[in-house]
Amino acid sequence: MHLATSPAFKQNARRALADPGLQKALARSGTSFIARRAAAAAALPEFEQLRDIARDIKDHTLAHLDFYLEEYEARMKAAGGTVHWCATADEARSAVLEICRTAGARTVTKGKSMISEELSLNEHLEQHGIQPVETDLGEYILQLRHEVPSHILAPAFHLNREDWEAQFRASHTELPADRIFHERRDILTEARARLRQRFLAADVGITGANFLIAETGSSVIVTNEGNGDLTQTLPRVHIVLGSIEKIVPTIEDCTSLLRVLARSATGQDFSVYTTFSTGARRPGDLDGPDGYHVVLVDNGRSAMLGTEFQDMLRCIRCAACMNHCPVYGAVGGHAYGWVYPGPMGSVLTPALIGVDQAGLLPNASTFCGKCESVCPVKIPLPGLMRHWREREFERHLTPPVQRRNLALWGWFARRPAMYRVVTRAAAASLGWFGRQRGRFARLPMAGGWTAGRDLPAPEGDTFFARYARAQRRGRVG
Amino acid sequence: MSRDAVLASIRRGLRRGPLPDDIAAALRGRLAAHPRHLIPARSMLAHAEQVTLFIANVEKEFGTVTRVPDMDAVPDAVADYLASQNLPGELVMAPHPELRSIEWSVRPLLRVREGRATPNDAVSLQHAFAGIAETGTLMLPSSPERPTTLNVLAETEVVLLRASRIVGAYEDAWDLLRAEIGAMPRNVMLVTGPSRSADIEQTLELGAHGPRRLHVVVVGQ
Repeated sequence: MHLATSPAFKQNARRALADPGLQKALARSGTSFIARRAAAAAALPEFEQLRDIARDIKDHTLAHLDFYLEEYEARMKAAGGTVHWCATADEARSAVLEICRTAGARTVTKGKSMISEELSLNEHLEQHGIQPVETDLGEYILQLRHEVPSHILAPAFHLNREDWEAQFRASHTELPADRIFHERRDILTEARARLRQRFLAADVGITGANFLIAETGSSVIVTNEGNGDLTQTLPRVHIVLGSIEKIVPTIEDCTSLLRVLARSATGQDFSVYTTFSTGARRPGDLDGPDGYHVVLVDNGRSAMLGTEFQDMLRCIRCAACMNHCPVYGAVGGHAYGWVYPGPMGSVLTPALIGVDQAGLLPNASTFCGKCESVCPVKIPLPGLMRHWREREFERHLTPPVQRRNLALWGWFARRPAMYRVVTRAAAASLGWFGRQRGRFARLPMAGGWTAGRDLPAPEGDTFFARYARAQRRGRVG
Repeated sequence: MSRDAVLASIRRGLRRGPLPDDIAAALRGRLAAHPRHLIPARSMLAHAEQVTLFIANVEKEFGTVTRVPDMDAVPDAVADYLASQNLPGELVMAPHPELRSIEWSVRPLLRVREGRATPNDAVSLQHAFAGIAETGTLMLPSSPERPTTLNVLAETEVVLLRASRIVGAYEDAWDLLRAEIGAMPRNVMLVTGPSRSADIEQTLELGAHGPRRLHVVVVGQ
């Protein structure tokens, strides 16, 4: 597995804040996803109701997950496919390698799959003499750059156009070095031509799965590029990497989730290609793979059932939470140090690799609540991050200074009269000192906080005082 | 065995053993009945308006559409479209009975080959099973008569769709598929516009790995 750099989140974040290329990319992309999602949601009057439905479908499925997985397996086998149940990442890597070896595979094309990142599958295949080729445009350049995705939807979110041009010049040496990329489209066209031969030469195609359908035994992928379809149609063998929580009962359930997925993700009404695969080539078919395998991965998910983190298993990987997150927007995805960045990663990563490794992530949140407000399956992300903070505290993983400060705050909070005196004094003095500029660029003992931003000055009053005054005047609001 | 380990871990989390028979039977009933959820009102229209909505949505997603009155008009529509795009009059066609019954010889310069697509095919002609007005989406199930490669390999995909096969919502198209084809085909593609990518600076560019152009010929009323 990729060595997680999540324990170094603070150093990662500091480096990210000082990286001009990354900051340029974040500034450019920051608002476009937000505007597109808002427009798509506004154009569908039923959108909010559909979010409730999506949440309920996922909750129903998770409550009967064992049943639906067995039903799915039975239908899929009947359609001529093979299921490989894998409890751990190790088992999943071995299963994929074994299928590739049996197929005599030398090269493998791949559609975008975060499970594959979770398994570090590319390294594993390379170590065993099999060449993986990423075909999603963003994944393709990251493979050339030996980087990992910084976003679950747009893997190359952190790159700028000049990075693309430089990398293509460095990697595609058979083309004239002085060629000019007039527009972004020229970059895309070059990648298309390069990958075309790879698609045709591959022995095995590996895709992820956005959904697995129990009713029909189908796997579903959602893409815009068409690379996933070329990956699963042209080679002799198609391998689907799907984790256990991707299961949904019926096509109708899947359809309802699809209605909120693309709108939440890219702001499209529907993605370009939504493809349902059910087994291998049938008699008379002129194309399609001869073999169809589903590697069904648990890797820590079943252990989340029945805990306060079960709701996280509703996630359909739309990335709306990270697109709307001020922390992600400031430091980008790599700072989070493992496969899943942003708010969903801050909840999922501690569950999958341990809170001792990833305990800083749920702390890297302002709890502004934007992520929860846009989540298509209504995962209470800030609440779940708070649960991780509690666990971290209980297990004494919180740093001593923080524990001492929390204890100090707790001592005051349990003595309301004294709490009010102290906060009133603090608000009044900060308000007085900050009355000129309205904010502080620097504060004693808060240098770490104010290095990246200003602290707004209080207006001289506490909330308690204002509330009491308003109540006396007979209006609260 | 990992299968048992995963299932046992799930049941441990859910604090129960395998589901009791009555609950399992109820869930099997739900799978068999596959009930619909809320369907957006936007596609609940008279059929003629669904056709209009379908076309508007295809065009919104950067596809193009020609309407023709009957199958006899298809060769002209296809040949004229290819000419308008400066494309050669050569295509690979799905061996679907409806496409095979078309009198292609009325456009002698159009060279039509039947079969699956190869990397050398610049233009493909596919036969759509249904059109979904809700988002301008084509339903393209695989079968010997509808090879999947026609949907992904050629730079230009032309799709023939009978107007009578345009429905409102996705659920309507799935019901058609269940009624007419029965078992789930090996592959069902729902296609909405030509391929695209926004991976470079989150800016949309058409023409990623799939077709750069998607043209729908809608036949009849």
